[in-house]
Amino acid sequence: MRFSVSLGDGGSSFHCGDQQNLLEGMQSFQVGVPLLKLIPVGCRGGGCGVCRIRILSGQFETKKMSRKHVSDQEQAEGVALACRVYPRSDLSIELLSSAENNNNHSERESLS
Amino acid sequence: MRKGVMRPGHVQIRVMDIEEAVIHYRDRLGLIDVGRDAQGRAYLKGWTEVDRFSVVLREADEPGMDFMGFKVVSSEVLEQRKQDLLRYGCQVEVIPAGELDGCGERVRFDSPTGHYFELYAEKDQTGKWGVSESNPEAWPEDLKGMRANRFDHCLLYGDDIDGTAALLQNVLGFQLSEQVLDRDGGDMRVAAFLACSMKAHDVALVRHPEKGKFHHASFYLDTWGDVLRAADLISMHDIALDIGPTRHGLTHGQTIYFFDPSGNRNEVFTGGDYTYPDHPVVTWDAQQLGKAIFYHDRQLNENFLGVVT
Repeated sequence: MRFSVSLGDGGSSFHCGDQQNLLEGMQSFQVGVPLLKLIPVGCRGGGCGVCRIRILSGQFETKKMSRKHVSDQEQAEGVALACRVYPRSDLSIELLSSAENNNNHSERESLS
Repeated sequence: MRKGVMRPGHVQIRVMDIEEAVIHYRDRLGLIDVGRDAQGRAYLKGWTEVDRFSVVLREADEPGMDFMGFKVVSSEVLEQRKQDLLRYGCQVEVIPAGELDGCGERVRFDSPTGHYFELYAEKDQTGKWGVSESNPEAWPEDLKGMRANRFDHCLLYGDDIDGTAALLQNVLGFQLSEQVLDRDGGDMRVAAFLACSMKAHDVALVRHPEKGKFHHASFYLDTWGDVLRAADLISMHDIALDIGPTRHGLTHGQTIYFFDPSGNRNEVFTGGDYTYPDHPVVTWDAQQLGKAIFYHDRQLNENFLGVVT
């Protein structure tokens, strides 16, 4: 299945397969669509937080994401790392500003 | 002046899925799986390393580095460095022998950049994997993936890199091998490469607003051909590539960077410079940072500078 992912600004969208995360969908070749760099691309493993977004509407699944960048509560409110989001319907998303990303510092985990 | 600190001995890395991580470090990097402990941590090593393990993976909600450990030459040196660290004002914690399987007592201390380091003198010496100590063959035949030789160094990001560099130099006898200075910014040091051995670096520090960040753990390969072969494996297994294959200006190593499944960066590299105690510090200008980091492209890369765990 392929779904449409549109940015909240209404201007840009791309297609993403259900086996692809949003960054893979964004970076896939699509006839007639310019190569998009809408979402910043970082580690692609849910660790660095640079692709932090909010999903405004639609169904999706996520793989594990660093709790430093997405708290339990934020995850419940639709915040996610795009590299770990797999669409299950058409999605509408918005980028979170880097300022908002940078303000999201949780306490360092205790060592063990 | 060297103070009995021999080499990077281990790094404990946080991963979000231990099974995925073991597949990455064992089957892709080609580290040897030496088992798990009662906490579920996974232990691995490069095949040329004589001690039991050098990489410890711990499952956690947040990736990054827990600590980096250096082996010292004796228990006496361990005690002396512990006293020196206390006198220097570090917070020092003694971790009892056996907390890491097969490792003796560890002296853990904090640093001005917020990273935790450890010293230890004893670790089970199980020998190089797959070759004998007498009349050894060149290499074992059944290595996997990139066939990484050894854990080599870490690059750490943090705020007060001058403080951490001074601690490593003054208390632990590291030598500043290379640095990057911002000539337009009052010669502020942007990066410091430090060696406790003859290598170009055993740990490196880059200035960054946030404390305690992990840029990469690096593993040594034999040849440039092996770096290109690692690049092939990165494509074959759809591993997230960061940059390379290329050469660094700093240390002149030949390198490729990629990410583990939790977004921790890895490097595999070969070659590079060496450091004798009488060598002057090599200095790069921050204005040439593009060339200093990527000697061929000579372009700064936002991801390499900013993406950390």
